[in-house]
Amino acid sequence: MKMNGANALIQSLVDGGVDMVFGIPGGVMIPIYDALYGRKDIRNMLMRHEQGAAHAADGYARATGKVGVCFATSGPGATNLVTGIATAFMDSVPILAVTAQVKTTALGKDSFQEADITGITLPITKHNYLVKDVNDLPRVIAEALYIAGTGRPGPVLVDIPMDVSLAEIDYKPVTEVKMRGYSPHVEIDESKIDEAAELIASAERPVIYAGGGVIISGASEELTKLSEKTHILVATTLLGKGAISESHPHALGMLGMHGTAYANHAVHECDLLIAVGARFDDRVTGKLAAFARKAKVIHIDIDPAEIDKTVSVDVAVIGDCREVLAKLVEKVNSRQETDWNKQITHWKDEFALQCPAQGDVLLPQCVISKVSDMMNGEAIIVTDVGQNQMWSALFCNITKPRRFLSSGGLGTMGYGFPAAIGAQVGCPKLPVFVICGDGGFQMTLQELAPAVEHKLPIKIILLNNRFLGMVRQWQELFWNGRYSGVDISAQPDFKMLAEAYGAVGIRVTKPDEVEGALSRAMEVNDRPVLIDFRVSREENVFPMIPAGQSIEEMMVNRPRSEG
Amino acid sequence: MKRPMQHTITVLVENKPGVLARVSGLFARRGFNIESLAVSITDDPSVSRMTIVVTGDDSTLDQINKQTLKLIDVIKVIDYSQIPIVERELALIKVSAEVDQRAVIMQIVDIFRAKIIDIADTSFTIEVTGGIDKVDAIENLLKPYGIKEIVRTGKIAMARGEHTAMA
Repeated sequence: MKMNGANALIQSLVDGGVDMVFGIPGGVMIPIYDALYGRKDIRNMLMRHEQGAAHAADGYARATGKVGVCFATSGPGATNLVTGIATAFMDSVPILAVTAQVKTTALGKDSFQEADITGITLPITKHNYLVKDVNDLPRVIAEALYIAGTGRPGPVLVDIPMDVSLAEIDYKPVTEVKMRGYSPHVEIDESKIDEAAELIASAERPVIYAGGGVIISGASEELTKLSEKTHILVATTLLGKGAISESHPHALGMLGMHGTAYANHAVHECDLLIAVGARFDDRVTGKLAAFARKAKVIHIDIDPAEIDKTVSVDVAVIGDCREVLAKLVEKVNSRQETDWNKQITHWKDEFALQCPAQGDVLLPQCVISKVSDMMNGEAIIVTDVGQNQMWSALFCNITKPRRFLSSGGLGTMGYGFPAAIGAQVGCPKLPVFVICGDGGFQMTLQELAPAVEHKLPIKIILLNNRFLGMVRQWQELFWNGRYSGVDISAQPDFKMLAEAYGAVGIRVTKPDEVEGALSRAMEVNDRPVLIDFRVSREENVFPMIPAGQSIEEMMVNRPRSEG
Repeated sequence: MKRPMQHTITVLVENKPGVLARVSGLFARRGFNIESLAVSITDDPSVSRMTIVVTGDDSTLDQINKQTLKLIDVIKVIDYSQIPIVERELALIKVSAEVDQRAVIMQIVDIFRAKIIDIADTSFTIEVTGGIDKVDAIENLLKPYGIKEIVRTGKIAMARGEHTAMA
């Protein structure tokens, strides 16, 4: 069928299973938005900043497992996507960013709104394309969707000059993608499964360390089976939350810098660490020389480049986590509970996480606990970055995969709210909560407009301490309390702000108002609700292992030296 | 001159614009040091071949191989550290050659089986081919006469025997 490049792009997306895009048009993007006009099989959500579009596509992808798509125009539109693309890259999230570009004859001439976006995004995309011939477009879109969503997923960017959008093509759907440089399916080396099973059989103090790869590959069931058959307990990374139900007695919660003390003790003392879909990030390991130093290591991952990258391993099994775990569950001998299990249970009791006593002051940890208790796992929790994120990781009980979305690798403030929009669009039936601070929320709050426009009933849990809290915490603990550049008490009235956008605004200042406010929020189903929780200003996140240190330096509570 | 641990890898890539930037950008941001890089088309016009000499320890080399292979436009990475190879580099050297020194310079050129490809009033331009050590050696021997300019192609390499990189 004859059509122009813009229509071929939209048709290629629809043929590739895309029915939702998040974006903003612009001069050279007009042909592409024109091609969207009046279509029923694919919708555009008009965002208010391109960063919001990228994060929304990311939240959509993490919540649904499908590729999220965002659109932006050339130049500033494209560069505004960069933070969102980098966020997705660090956390292996499949998004496709389509950017319009100045016409091919204007390329490289410093034309109006020209930016070399393929050059700029080279280090933060899994792959990118500049399409110079309209006849390549259907193939490129098919490849881009395939690359983004397979293997170790990641963002792909396709840059389309305006004259390519306008050029005519005889469109035929692409039915097969073939690239000699990319073959995501990995044959699993069975002998490695045997070696892993042998190591497990001979270990006395094994622990599983599960990351986001378990969730990406849909391996939760296999992971839980492995844990149940062997009675090996499971610590997860931030992105691995929900890989095993945190209500399961074998779940140890998050490990690492702000992980639970018992997860960190278990990893520190183990003699076998089974890493699954995780990459030994520095926020997990702390000081490398001290990390799991008594342990042999099994590493299961689809990306060979992660093997031996920072920690050298004894057995590496390369492949899709679900396939590997399924085979391992078959091969491994069942084990009974041992003294090691008792020891960990003892740590779990000794270092049990508790909300601090609240009294009259509203504490952020208690607000999060209340949300978690009320929802009982039946919600998607999206976090922003900073203290709100770490408290959410500690105090939200996540029972299913894809129910906890957070910017882990890049740590992008402003991620939470637009990602929640994407999650709510992708999962309209589930309640979606975004837990954020007043700092991060103000970085992307303009997306209240599309959230209200599309009647998204997102619950915005704003933990308002009028500080850039995590930086303030570090300044308190490591910089002699010199609070430089962190006081953000000059701020809008968030309740009125929400109302100005047409959302519901609620303010909570006392602990006894929390439950009522949350119940009120749950009754609203046709617009966002923002609850401005005026929390204690100087709460800290504990436990904490200072950056680059080991468990010996773990602070379980606030140091008492100041008194 | 003592060189740090050097490895030669051959990378077969799609012959498309921007691929060199993808590879060199990867090396730069991951902190891999490139000693030399030579690129050319192969008998299959859709494939280019890069010969890259890198320095680093074994674990760095392992990361280089794996990270490079992850690039979508990279078809194959061959690590030549463990197999016998033939390797060559070509250099053009413009050296001062006053009349009274021409004979001795020509002797050096002869011994190295190099060639004088251009003569001017006070200089020779010499073409030399060989392994890196050979090119280093003639460079050092010519230094006392005054090297005005030198350009080296970077090493290219191929496995000995029946081994081929292609396919």
